Amino acid sequence: MTDSSISAAMRAAVGVELARQVSHPVSASDIRRWALAVYWPEPAPQLFVSEEYARRTVHRGIVAPEEFNPFAWSCAETWTRNPEAVSDPNDPDNTEIQAGVPGPGLTFQLNGGMSVEYGDRMRPGDVITGSRCLGPYTEREGRLGLMLFSTAEETWTNQSGRLVKRTVSTLIRY
Amino acid sequence: MQTATSGDKVGIGDEIGPFTRETGFANWNRYAAVNYEFVPIHMDDEAGRAAGYPTAFGMGNLQWSYLHNALRAWMGDSGRIVSLSCQFRGANTKGMTVTARGVVTGVEKADGAVTATVDVWTEAADGSRLAPGKAVVRFG
Repeated sequence: MTDSSISAAMRAAVGVELARQVSHPVSASDIRRWALAVYWPEPAPQLFVSEEYARRTVHRGIVAPEEFNPFAWSCAETWTRNPEAVSDPNDPDNTEIQAGVPGPGLTFQLNGGMSVEYGDRMRPGDVITGSRCLGPYTEREGRLGLMLFSTAEETWTNQSGRLVKRTVSTLIRY
Repeated sequence: MQTATSGDKVGIGDEIGPFTRETGFANWNRYAAVNYEFVPIHMDDEAGRAAGYPTAFGMGNLQWSYLHNALRAWMGDSGRIVSLSCQFRGANTKGMTVTARGVVTGVEKADGAVTATVDVWTEAADGSRLAPGKAVVRFG
């Protein structure tokens, strides 16, 4: 078996808050574009694009698809644990860079999966706050060699402090 | 597919989906543009091959959306996704047909609400599962 990629510094960082961000107010246009992209080439459902239709539903107005990301492109406020570091989501060491510890230096990263609990729906005008914490590390032999699995727990709340969603995501690196 | 516009119609064995897409850069670029997900493995065949796959491959997050799309089409506007989980086990490489499906495995009725447990997954054209998972959906 290849040497472990999990250092003592990485283990010690488990549980720390990595980043916190506050979204710009969600716009109807953001929601419409998201829905158009994920349903393409079919039209997006009326609930996401027509205020007139959405008003007549139980939601009483447009809501965002549950998986909508209000933090894409830019945020109104961002706090990171390690503000000196340059954060690049394409860098496989990005998690540890945010935690302020040396990363494992692996070459590739994949989205391993996620588990989400949903609360309030997101709506136009909402301001969403997200807090992301580092979860535990594990390793497993895979088709492409020893794979590093790490998790992160992210909690989103809206401007009323109500839960929007809680996500545990798994990152696979090799 | 039966659309469960109210919980009273939900039963074990009910099928969710299919929600099907021919996949490639036309889907992935649109998704990258809304999720700011401009990652070389999703945009460049060479980067996909360097990562061990025959071509570039689609975002797990987009399959995640396809699972939501299938659930939303089934439950209608009045249903609520309480939770959803999935594992990304197979790559959605260029040119694949990806289908999101599901089947109801449990139904509970309490306090005027109906809660359905659903096995969900995305699959390739040969039926192999790319992203299996579980959902809980509530009506009422």
